Amino acid sequence: MSAAAIPATTTVPAPTAKHERTPLRSWQQALKLTRYQLRDYLFSRRFILMMSIVAIIGAILTAVVGYYRPAAFLSGSDAFYSTLWGSGVTVVIVFAGVIFGGDAIAGEFQNRTGYFLMGQPIRRATVYVGKYIAAFVAALTAVVLFALVLLANGSYYFGAGAFTANFGASFVLAVVYLLALLGATFLFSSLFKTSTYATLVVAVLFLFGFMILQALIQGLAHTTPWYILTYADSIIGGVFNASCASAPGTHTCTQPGPGGEITQTVTNATIPEGVGIMIAYFVITAILGLLSFEREEFS
Amino acid sequence: MTAPSIVLTSLTKRFGSFTALDRLDLKLEGGKCVGFLGPNGAGKTTALKLLTDMIFPTEGECFLNGISVQRERMRALEAAGVLIESPEVYPSLSPTQALEMVADLRGMSRTEREERIPAVLAEVKMSEWAHVKVGKFSKGMKQRINIAAALVHDPEIVVLDEPATGLDPRGMSEVRSIVRDLKKHDRLIFMSSHILAEVTDVCDEVALINHGKLLFYDTLENVTAKFSAGHSSVDASFARPVPERTVADRLAAESDLLKVEQLDPRRYRLQFKGGPAVQARLLRKLSDEALELVSFTESKSALEEVYLSQIEKGD
Repeated sequence: MSAAAIPATTTVPAPTAKHERTPLRSWQQALKLTRYQLRDYLFSRRFILMMSIVAIIGAILTAVVGYYRPAAFLSGSDAFYSTLWGSGVTVVIVFAGVIFGGDAIAGEFQNRTGYFLMGQPIRRATVYVGKYIAAFVAALTAVVLFALVLLANGSYYFGAGAFTANFGASFVLAVVYLLALLGATFLFSSLFKTSTYATLVVAVLFLFGFMILQALIQGLAHTTPWYILTYADSIIGGVFNASCASAPGTHTCTQPGPGGEITQTVTNATIPEGVGIMIAYFVITAILGLLSFEREEFS
Repeated sequence: MTAPSIVLTSLTKRFGSFTALDRLDLKLEGGKCVGFLGPNGAGKTTALKLLTDMIFPTEGECFLNGISVQRERMRALEAAGVLIESPEVYPSLSPTQALEMVADLRGMSRTEREERIPAVLAEVKMSEWAHVKVGKFSKGMKQRINIAAALVHDPEIVVLDEPATGLDPRGMSEVRSIVRDLKKHDRLIFMSSHILAEVTDVCDEVALINHGKLLFYDTLENVTAKFSAGHSSVDASFARPVPERTVADRLAAESDLLKVEQLDPRRYRLQFKGGPAVQARLLRKLSDEALELVSFTESKSALEEVYLSQIEKGD
């Protein structure tokens, strides 16, 4: 694109009068920045990609359940949501965190958009918070879309019984999990100045890393990995109390296995534990991320 | 209203063992344009980044209108319009939206925004693309938007880091025109540049740094007079080729003339000692119908000569 076609003569008048300006408070600036950042997200390819991922996951679940009609899922709304929503939404949240948060801060350095913002009278912390809120709203849109797909499915199978208090509670827990995961994502993003590294680290950690680590700790050390965020996410499905294996707390469960029944002790986070871990993750990663970004130089 | 000011005190920046800026002291005050010169790696951009709190000083402090940038970033930057390192705008925003974001963050009212945004977009010749996404723009067009963003709030102080980067010759000329226009409105402009002709054209004063140290800061006239040992030079151009002998004969009686150098058959550079009175005398002697003198201007290379001599001395 060239600027050659622009009329060459333009005389700009000096400002006609001095306008009164009220410097904004940091929280007002954060909300203003959120608005523009959100606009950037909503009109970006990444938003279309995220919505497509949710739509594809929703379509596959709808088709598989509709075709096979598994009795275990369709025995009641709690059993239905426990598996489909409980497992599905954590995947959606991890994808949303990676897509909207992975490069949110690192991208400010790599894409040089930070140089545009930091020339303005705005605190680094304000930029961080504004971008966090925007990423949260964009990711929440994806979560809401997934919830709508499952509620539509649920109402098809269970009618008015699809709209349960347990689903509401689980949705709230999913939102708290999203807060925590995005907090951690932003922390990793603020530690890197390269978007690819930041996105890769976040994706690997949340898609495989933490789950492998959790399994190793539980299997080998026989201790409860309460300090891993993915340990806490079991409460999203667990709140439905649909099965012994997924119910919150420690239980001895007997399940069918090869050569007979297997009895094992299952440890899941209790609801208060899970919420506590998520909130702790959110608070600690937010503080560390803010401190990290405050010390970053746009060199 | 007090005069706009930029003050750098003992400003030092070290990156590991490398000292990028070494106790730089500089005080700029009043409505004028100050050119910030130096070779690559001299510390120009480092100084401007410290001045705008993009990086943090190892020692020292910067002040904009008397307010510490390091201690009160928000208040200090309110008065400044900043363009550092050719930043990128969020690609899905249009120029109007990008400028609205800046105006919003600065607390500008809707009325002021509606007045200023179209005006600065016109100033940088981007009105036609006011509502097209920035992601589709060329480097030069993005730089125009960056310049507009630095000016949208009508700042008292303008900090520009090589503003002509990425612009074509026409764009460079337009930047010079914008800077000249800003000077009319009593703005303090602090502009780093590699283009000496640009500095000579628009700046009133120059500061030269090398290896992180300030070599000098003075008015353009004083710098060229002081560092060229009181010598000045002018370029005389004629409508048609003029023999060297003819020019030398005309000026033979002029004792202050030191050297006549033929640049091409129609252009001569005259080096002389003394000030404007000698320059006026030389002009009178060359301006008759027979020679057809068409221009008589101060040599643009004066600053270049000073620049090169001082940098070489420092190296």
